[in-house]
Amino acid sequence: MDRFVFLTFDGLGRGAVYAAFALALVLIWRATRIVNFAQGAMAVATAYVGYSVANATGSYWLGFVVAIAGGLLLGAAVERVVMRFVDHSSPLNGVVVALGLVLVIQGVLGMIYGNEFRPAGAPFSRDAFEVGGIALLSRFDLFVFAAVFAVVALLAILFTRTNVGLRMRASAFAPDVSRLLGVNVGGMLTLGWALAAAVGSMAGMLVIPTELGLHPNAMDIVFVSSFTAAVVGGLDSPVGAVAGGLMVGLLLSYVSGYLGATVAPIAVLVLLVVVLLGRPAGLFSRSAARAV
Amino acid sequence: MSATLAPAVRAGRRMPETRRRTRHLLWTVAAAVLIVALTYVLPPFRNYQLATVGAYLCVTAGLTVLTGLNGQLSLGHGALMATGAYTVALLQERLAGQGQWTLLVSVVAAIAVTTVAGGIVGLAAARLRGPYLAGLTLAVAVVVPAITSTFDTIFNSDQGLSVYVDPPPPALGATFPYERWQAWLTWTGALLTMLVLATLIRGRFGRSLRAVRDDEAAARIAGVNVARTQVLAFVVSAACAGLGGALFAVLAQSVSPGAFPLSLSLFLVMAIVIGGLGSLAGAVWGAVLLVALPALTHSVTDSINVSPAVAQRLEGNLPLALFGVTLVVVMLAAPGGIASLKPRRRKA
Repeated sequence: MDRFVFLTFDGLGRGAVYAAFALALVLIWRATRIVNFAQGAMAVATAYVGYSVANATGSYWLGFVVAIAGGLLLGAAVERVVMRFVDHSSPLNGVVVALGLVLVIQGVLGMIYGNEFRPAGAPFSRDAFEVGGIALLSRFDLFVFAAVFAVVALLAILFTRTNVGLRMRASAFAPDVSRLLGVNVGGMLTLGWALAAAVGSMAGMLVIPTELGLHPNAMDIVFVSSFTAAVVGGLDSPVGAVAGGLMVGLLLSYVSGYLGATVAPIAVLVLLVVVLLGRPAGLFSRSAARAV
Repeated sequence: MSATLAPAVRAGRRMPETRRRTRHLLWTVAAAVLIVALTYVLPPFRNYQLATVGAYLCVTAGLTVLTGLNGQLSLGHGALMATGAYTVALLQERLAGQGQWTLLVSVVAAIAVTTVAGGIVGLAAARLRGPYLAGLTLAVAVVVPAITSTFDTIFNSDQGLSVYVDPPPPALGATFPYERWQAWLTWTGALLTMLVLATLIRGRFGRSLRAVRDDEAAARIAGVNVARTQVLAFVVSAACAGLGGALFAVLAQSVSPGAFPLSLSLFLVMAIVIGGLGSLAGAVWGAVLLVALPALTHSVTDSINVSPAVAQRLEGNLPLALFGVTLVVVMLAAPGGIASLKPRRRKA
């Protein structure tokens, strides 16, 4: 029972990160109908920059802020320079271009930093508090929950309560009409990519200290888990992404805890197959429509 | 209509079936003669590279049928190659020392096992489109190291297995270079693959593939069984990937998850996109590029004066970055997207 409680909290902690990362995928999917397969690599790139700054200045928080700011910049740059020019007549094009970006980013990171794991410290202790003899949560887990909750709340306010959010939703929903009504649709797309990449970067900063450390491929598995989370929730549903993230986190935690850590990626694959074949639109999707 | 094996096909569809087959056979024989001649001219290391091109060609040719002709993007072909490679490793270990024929048995078994694996993935894939399919196959590619670690008594986790390969048959002479033998082995597989695929895609099956890619609804109305065609495309492509993986195992004489990373699957996609989607000739160019570009960056990093550590970093990662840039540029410069990347339609 102790173990189950511990694994549950651990799973929720992981799941919160997957939720944030899945949310970033959903943001871009809703705006452009592209699944950003480069998001993991982009997050790793900004994490490298963040940790470089943190090591140079001695301040983790400065590095954290720089990583997120770097995410904003990188996301905007990727949209402006590359994604804007992708032809959308085939859904494969966006995927292939994003995969090209993955290779570029991983290649450049490897050239600059090398292909060995680099230690990535956490700002808080990762030792769990004990309540009544049961290890529950660490300070770092609390920080993860707080950060993810803040991001989800901010995004919710942005999209439902502000003018900019309305414009972003309008440009995603009906680009031509929005343009007629004076919305800067291109600018909204850039903003959407920048926000998504920043959320992805934050998720990267939150997940990398809990794994083996910084590595150009550090986010490959995280990307697959988060993609699964987004698919579980439905690629169109931000609420679904958060719920899906928590579900995948719990699943991974139980599987690694009871069956061994190496089984976890296989469990993700199985979940992905089951959801895709059973409910491809996701558990939280309202529309069942899918392009033929 | 894509112009595969361009000259042989230029005469068009009016060419009778038997004559087309003869043409394909003639081309295969000509290519075989060329390869054999090359293996006698080239130094051993070049022969090894030639052999690697042959192994890659099996995979890129199969992938171009799936992605270029049928419109299904697979990021999991690295995993299918691993399936073939591990099958060969396990069987060769059991059959070691019983003669040359064991290799043929192992390779055929590798193709069979990979075909089954590809059929399973294909059954799921036939229900999925675009990014969903890409995500699923990506997960398949990423899961390889996890599988080798979970079943480490069979696959020996990260260390992998060694592959027993017999020396060249004594009938070829005692001093027959090993690299030449390797090139002969892989190109036998590659040319057979090309011959079979060229014949397949010129016939009814090829027409169904293209019809499904261009418009599923129209294909269905015309009586094409869409799901069956998609699964078959995956099966054919997986068989080729299995053969390619088996040949890689024979070449490297070892298999490990590190030999089949995610980037390998991405490289394969890049190779067929740059080579020209949907054309077997493009698959040849892609396979050549996969060997030539890393070799080129190796000689570049050798020639510039940097410390060994930096040179090692550059050597491993420069090809990655170059492949990525090429992929992005090609995709952006072809405004019609993937479909227009295939050679232009002939008028009439």
